Amino acid sequence: MNKNRSKEYDVIIIGGGATGAGTARDCAMRGLSVLLVERHDFATGATGRNHGLLHSGARYAVTDHESAAECIEENMILRKIANHCIEENNGLFLTLPEDDIAFQSQFVDACSSAGISTEIIDPKLALRMEPSANPDIIGAVKVPDGSVDPFRLTMSNALDAKLKGADILTQHEVVDILKDQDRVNGVELFDHEKKEKAKYYGKIVCNAAGIWGHNIARFAGVNINMFPAKGSLLIFGHRVNKMVLNRCRKPANADILVPGDTICLIGTTSERIPIEEIDNMYVSKDDVDVLIREGVKLSPSLATTRILRAYAGVRPLVAADDDPSGRSISRGIVLMDHKERDGLEGFITITGGKLMTYRLMAEEATDLICKKLDVDKKCETANIPLPGSEKSDETLNNVSQKVYSINGITQKSAKDRHGSLAHKIAQGDENEDSMVCECEGVSIGEVKYAINELHVNNLIDLRRRTRVGMGTCQGELCACRAAGLLCESMEEPGKAKDDLANFLQERWKGMSPIAWGETINEIQFTSWIYEGIYGLKPDNN
Amino acid sequence: MKKEIFEPYNVSDNNFEQCVKCTICTVYCPVLEVNPDYPGPKQSGPDGERMRLKDPEFYDEALKLCLNCKRCEVACPSGVKIGDIIQSARIKYSKSKPKLRDMILANTDIVGTMASTFAPIVNTAVALKPVRKVMDSVLKIDHHRMFPKYTGLRFETWYRRYAEKKQQEFKKHVSYFHGCYVNYNFPQQGKDLIKVMNAAGYGVHLLEKEKCCGVALISNGLIKQATKQAKHNVEAFKKSIVDKKMPVISTSSTCIFTIRDEYPHLLGVKNEEIRNDSELATRFLFRLIDEGKLNLVFKKNYKKRIAYHTPCHMEKLGWSIYSTSLLKMIPGVELVQLESQCCGIAGTYGFKKENYQTSQEVGKPLFDQIENSKVDFVATDCETCKWQIEMSTSSKVQHPISILAEAIDVESTMKLWQK
Repeated sequence: MNKNRSKEYDVIIIGGGATGAGTARDCAMRGLSVLLVERHDFATGATGRNHGLLHSGARYAVTDHESAAECIEENMILRKIANHCIEENNGLFLTLPEDDIAFQSQFVDACSSAGISTEIIDPKLALRMEPSANPDIIGAVKVPDGSVDPFRLTMSNALDAKLKGADILTQHEVVDILKDQDRVNGVELFDHEKKEKAKYYGKIVCNAAGIWGHNIARFAGVNINMFPAKGSLLIFGHRVNKMVLNRCRKPANADILVPGDTICLIGTTSERIPIEEIDNMYVSKDDVDVLIREGVKLSPSLATTRILRAYAGVRPLVAADDDPSGRSISRGIVLMDHKERDGLEGFITITGGKLMTYRLMAEEATDLICKKLDVDKKCETANIPLPGSEKSDETLNNVSQKVYSINGITQKSAKDRHGSLAHKIAQGDENEDSMVCECEGVSIGEVKYAINELHVNNLIDLRRRTRVGMGTCQGELCACRAAGLLCESMEEPGKAKDDLANFLQERWKGMSPIAWGETINEIQFTSWIYEGIYGLKPDNN
Repeated sequence: MKKEIFEPYNVSDNNFEQCVKCTICTVYCPVLEVNPDYPGPKQSGPDGERMRLKDPEFYDEALKLCLNCKRCEVACPSGVKIGDIIQSARIKYSKSKPKLRDMILANTDIVGTMASTFAPIVNTAVALKPVRKVMDSVLKIDHHRMFPKYTGLRFETWYRRYAEKKQQEFKKHVSYFHGCYVNYNFPQQGKDLIKVMNAAGYGVHLLEKEKCCGVALISNGLIKQATKQAKHNVEAFKKSIVDKKMPVISTSSTCIFTIRDEYPHLLGVKNEEIRNDSELATRFLFRLIDEGKLNLVFKKNYKKRIAYHTPCHMEKLGWSIYSTSLLKMIPGVELVQLESQCCGIAGTYGFKKENYQTSQEVGKPLFDQIENSKVDFVATDCETCKWQIEMSTSSKVQHPISILAEAIDVESTMKLWQK
């Protein structure tokens, strides 16, 4: 720990979201020495708390031309560089009888001016393409939407940064920004694991902490007026739709249904919240009601589909006007050079934007960093694939052709999750092939790979890397197995128990807003197992 | 009293999302215990279904190893139709086409018609060792298996010739769905049913034209044909049940189970109008007795020790209690209830070479029970269980209706309602 203190990094990036990880990758690719710091884990903020929608930009086409154009460009880039994180399932913009069909032509025009390809589809054909869509639709437009797994995307960026020499500290929270007169020269971090503080120095500090950048800026003595708008979403237990479903109207509540991995999710709501509440993301009863009520209009079968969880995230918008809903605000990228803005050297902030434009944000931020450091190197992140997305036959060769086998499921799942890196997962051994998570098909081999190579500190981190505990049982069967494996490789037993309790508590947090029907059965059964059989007590948390 | 039906709010097809991962189904799966290649009901059913909804490539041909015994569904405390999920997945996703062998095994109607026409030749031929060896290597029908003997005089023909006329003498009437086995292989069972029903005061009629229930077609992936036959049968049942107010009874638990449950669940063929009056013969009789509408008189000299085996589909229907209660009414019967276990044959499953070993291992605990029970013979409602038990144990097997036919005092029984 101490040896790092004397080292001066070229750049210290604050925030392990997609933007921070993307900036770390870009900086590392341009030969800078990089430290990426994150207070919890990768993608714990807004990055991991959204639809996971690979926007075509169509949603913004009518209201925000610039964002729409950025989206479609990044959409096409991500298909190339991050193909293992995305699913190219396309999207439909549906017009319901209560919507104005005239909006459709306005929408199609706006899309084409932004460079988004559209195709007006006969409602009957649309229903054949997507049988789960509301049969009452009077119009449908096909757009190149898709799904993106934000956890995988962020991890791949961080992994690549690490491969190119970046240092990464998770569970390290910035508690102060170090300054020498009017120049920022480092950060003070609190290590949540060891419970100790340490100082790290860098020529440039890049604030990529999303909504939390508000507080980071304050440490540096500058003021950024953030505009927190909370959005809630519901996750359904399985896929109802194959294509992304949108409402063909001006953006409103709960009008996107996205299929992502084994599940689908509906969102979002939008509600202005005070900045003090950004760490308290609860989903209210009203949010749940709105999401179900509106969701059913897109796909009626949602009414009879099991809801798995509810969650909420905060849009990191920079306040620009007094719009109370936060919707008409631009999702544009905000890059601040605090030297020019506030006279503070060595400190920049990259915020605003959205998951879709993380790479562009990283590019703009890195361009500025390079300019400040006098480094002349071009950005290559749009051309070089992320680890896992390189074209490689290695995985395919490794996937066994055996027909009668459980590991067909774990192997295919691992390939979906890790792309071409799946070959690193031990296979073919009865023990390594056994399942930890039965809902999501996670093998012991995959868990071990994640623990060893993907920067895992605890069970919740492991979940983001592998989907352990993301299935319908929400950790009921896998949490204890995963805890055992984690314990074997890194944790002392006492801590493992707390970790397990934390993990289950976190699962319960997402289930409590929708705790009825099967969900309440499931959680009751889980608590019988963990309290009754394993003797885990609530005070372990 | 009208039954109140509670409709839970969030229920999708086959209730697969009601699974709380308790894993009880896995414990009750007879295949998983002997064949580790089978992923088990939970993994193949609700867990696998989520995966397949994500990407049909997750379909695993190992689902073919499922016996469709539905014991997982009986065990499931959450009402998940696990067996239906697995069968539907096979129908929807399987890419492998049925082989010639599967067509032969599945088309019980056509094969039965041909075989019974040339019964003496066919019976001798398929019993010959060299022929069985050839069938083993060419068709992959296991050489251990003996085909049930085909009859020279089909039940339908016998009925038209000798029994039909007499049935008009009765005041009450039922239709009889005899199924392929009674028609082509074992008409005696049909004759026994007519004897018992006549004694009970019921005239027995055949459907206008019955087709094979289609269970073997479904399990061999011949869904189009199965659906066609299902629609035909539902219409034929309607003519009896709706038009003539005559319930339909059957002696085959699997046929009746298929018609009642698999038609709507797997084939999407609606059967609400006929479902309640499509009955198993033993249940029909028991309910008459229970309601005081029928009394049976038994012969004094009938004394047997009988073991009852619960076929999987009887377990699923929950109806074995009717057959055993009926048998217990016979004063001279000492009934041994065998522990409910799958015999392993599962219709055509056990005939296939690749399944033979699994089939026998699944049935072994049952065979041991039978050998140790020291009974005169075994009773069961399913014909394929009968073949399996007769092949794998030293015991003979009889249908409960045939036992009744032997034990009943026809004249005294008839006198009770004739006066």
